[in-house]
Amino acid sequence: MTFEAVIGLEIHAQLSTASKLFCRASTQGGAPNTQVSPVSLGLPGALPVLNKEAVRLAIMAGLAVKGRIQERSVFARKNYFYPDLPKGYQISQFEYPICLGGEIVLPVSQKTIRITRIHMEEDAGKLNHIGADGIAGATGSVVDLNRAGVPLIEVVSEPDIRTPQEAREYMERVHELFVFIGVCDGDLDKGSFRCDANVSIRPIGETAFGTRTEVKNLNSFRSVERAITYEIKRQIQVVQSGDVVRQYTMNYDDATGQTTPLRSKENAHDYRYFPDPDLKPLVVTSDQIAAIAQKMGELPDDMALRYQRDLALPEHDIMVYRQSPALYRFFEKARSFLQVATPGDMSKWVVGELSALMKEQSVDLNDKLATELARLIDVCKEGTISTQMIKDILPQIINGKTVAQALESGGGQISNQDDLMTVVAAVMADNPDVVAKIKNGKVASANFLMGQVMKQTQGRAKPDTVRDLILHACQNV
Amino acid sequence: MGRIQRLRTLFYTKQLSMRDYYTALLARIQSAPGNAFISFFDDEVATAIDYLSQQDPNRFTGFGIPLGIKDNMCLANQPVTCASKLLAGYRSPYTATAVQYMIDQGFVPVGRLNMDEFAMGSANEYSVYGPVDNPWNPDAVSGGSSGGSAAAVAAGLVPAALGSDTGGSIRQPAAFCGVVGLKPTYGRVSRYGLVAFASSLDQIGPFAQYVDDVAIMLDTLCGFDPQDATSVKRPDECFSDGFEWASLHGIRVGVPNELMTSGQADVNAAIRRTLSQMESHGAIIDYVDFKYFDEALATYYIIAPAEASSNLSRFDGVRYGYRDTSATTLKDMMAATRSTGFGDEVKRRIILGTYVLSSGYYDAFYGKAQRVRGIVTKRYADLFKQYDIICSPTAPTTAFKKGEHTNDPLAMYLSDIATIPVNLAGLPAISLPCGRDSAGMPVGMQLVAPWFQEKLLLNTAYCVEQLVGFTPLVSDDVVLGQ
Repeated sequence: MTFEAVIGLEIHAQLSTASKLFCRASTQGGAPNTQVSPVSLGLPGALPVLNKEAVRLAIMAGLAVKGRIQERSVFARKNYFYPDLPKGYQISQFEYPICLGGEIVLPVSQKTIRITRIHMEEDAGKLNHIGADGIAGATGSVVDLNRAGVPLIEVVSEPDIRTPQEAREYMERVHELFVFIGVCDGDLDKGSFRCDANVSIRPIGETAFGTRTEVKNLNSFRSVERAITYEIKRQIQVVQSGDVVRQYTMNYDDATGQTTPLRSKENAHDYRYFPDPDLKPLVVTSDQIAAIAQKMGELPDDMALRYQRDLALPEHDIMVYRQSPALYRFFEKARSFLQVATPGDMSKWVVGELSALMKEQSVDLNDKLATELARLIDVCKEGTISTQMIKDILPQIINGKTVAQALESGGGQISNQDDLMTVVAAVMADNPDVVAKIKNGKVASANFLMGQVMKQTQGRAKPDTVRDLILHACQNV
Repeated sequence: MGRIQRLRTLFYTKQLSMRDYYTALLARIQSAPGNAFISFFDDEVATAIDYLSQQDPNRFTGFGIPLGIKDNMCLANQPVTCASKLLAGYRSPYTATAVQYMIDQGFVPVGRLNMDEFAMGSANEYSVYGPVDNPWNPDAVSGGSSGGSAAAVAAGLVPAALGSDTGGSIRQPAAFCGVVGLKPTYGRVSRYGLVAFASSLDQIGPFAQYVDDVAIMLDTLCGFDPQDATSVKRPDECFSDGFEWASLHGIRVGVPNELMTSGQADVNAAIRRTLSQMESHGAIIDYVDFKYFDEALATYYIIAPAEASSNLSRFDGVRYGYRDTSATTLKDMMAATRSTGFGDEVKRRIILGTYVLSSGYYDAFYGKAQRVRGIVTKRYADLFKQYDIICSPTAPTTAFKKGEHTNDPLAMYLSDIATIPVNLAGLPAISLPCGRDSAGMPVGMQLVAPWFQEKLLLNTAYCVEQLVGFTPLVSDDVVLGQ
């Protein structure tokens, strides 16, 4: 018998706010228990107040997946006891989430994965175990509440995913989208983006769902793919050995690549959800939603379509912009300053040289750099400098110089008169007719000779020195 | 003139040295019988007096007025225990907004007041510090849960005290102790820094001997607080102004029939006597069936425990307060801490609340209770189309004897029948003394006004107070009364 897998993902993305979901404590982390307030510590008497910026970002996320933003949503309490949960409950949206519906289209297959809902919730704190990596073998555990109250959205997909590869693609696509529109920093290492997977199997052709397990603790694209692959195999083996899959919550261990049961359905928590009486229902008007949509800017798919159609940018450039919204925004700005060159001329430098330099040094992608880069690409297009010179000058304008200053102070430029004179003399010898014109007063013809000198020096010759040399030499012929 | 105005004037005019007054006051309240106070803020009092003596008195509504604080409100660097073993040793790093507003206006917190554990109780007998005596008769209970606040004011230990009211916890002890207690409209006073019992019902309010004292305190207490999402922005109002023009003329008063037939006969008689005085001064008295008291009581005992079961989850022995160290595993430690740290009544309500929120029972209990809460609220809205004020006994009886209901929770719960529906609807209500029963114990009258109509409520209460002419237990506070 052959089986197919039915997979749904629950993605937790941290919203990029400065402060926590229900208090003013910072989300930036630091030494244990330094980014806390009476609210995030769950002290007696402390009350939550909703962070408006988090709501804005959650709405953006909902709009980006084409979900329906709910004008009324409700925060509920999810009650359970754990030392990293200071109030004894997590504030989360349950019955009435901020967003219903939505979809993600996978890039290669163009398959649509439907989204059930997006809800907002606060993160729990973190347990640090002393004397061991995990709780097993530890001599003690200490609580760090810096993360407690950090704003998250949970994106719940429909069980539309069929393979571990699709699961990975889906997770990557959501990640790319949220980072692109700026709702999440996407830092997987810091846990800003993580997911749980609901996995079941069924014989091909069967339409009913099998019993599912929930695999927790998936902190990277790779682990999503590996964990689901392992879990599918495990379930198939269970069924083939004549047993049935049991509804378990599974833990995934990235070190071994295996999933192990954490708790059974019988031992599942009864979270006793009820509306949080400390918070009023969250009401957003259609006008507010429209204003957020308007300010949100372009989605990556729209960007890709536009770049392909209007700018004829290569697929590779578009992919780079998808994954680097900062570079995308910079390119959009810089290309608006171009006068001669095409966006395509500029783009290859942005995704190539500039992007490479950004890996080596911190680059401030400010407006001045955008202006100067446009100038540089234009000067090259005009033939005044060579592409080699762009390479030489780019680091200088990154460090604050203007193109003009860079050319003057000679970034790889040849300004030595003796060196240049050799080239000038050779060019003049090759073009006696032009020399004659100049001598007869057609000074503008000097530009042609200058172009020739530039060509021979790969654009490194200092233009005004060359000009002086040519004019001077012509008079002496 | 109330006690706050009188004392403030003595300080303003320097007829009385604040320092001498406080030296005498602290000495007296620290040795006072009755168990109303739990602890004292000696150092903070000294600092506050030093500060206030440098200031312009005109800037402070409560210039130098001693204030007692119920033990469920946070004051920075002070213990706050909710009269529970579970918060033993805990000190709050911050001050409750309402308390801060009082301090900002020159009120001087002098100490913490006894209460029922986590504000659950109607007799102040469920306290880790022991019961509070009723100053009128030490064998009787003070009422609860703000028993310490009511008793301290009645005994003249302080002219002003703060309490909290979830189902009658200000009004019922005020009635039992013969003082005035006000529960403001839900959202009028910030709950930030009030240790939550039932968040959708809790409200901080003032205790004093006279209506004008309570009005002055409300002026200071209320105000929007960005740290409390349920706090409400309202236009500025002065509640303590204009009592001299207040009148009962044309005020339509609705009296629920149910509350006039079921309780203690001489309580009802005192209420009727007051009502007829009101009538002869122009009030229009009308008897009406409220219809939903039983449903309101049942609803309250679902919603309040449900919220409490969640609010009290944070007391797990992990981060602060008491920890039972006999256990060896985390789960056992939490269970043991909560089992040995909470008193029986608190555990009873946590279990009740946990049950009604359980999967499979939610709709039958909590969901239904929320719907009934809507019906009760609607009933009040309808009544307020016909009446300006709803009036009744605050409690069916006067203060009962200690131990009388301790082992009969249902009888104890019935003590709040008149006050509980008011919290469900979030309305403002006041209890003021309107006579005494045959045993000499004070009888309280409850007045309920529409949402945010505290001005009307206080004006009406002031008129009733003038008509009744109730004689307080002590003529003045423990210092000035000497």
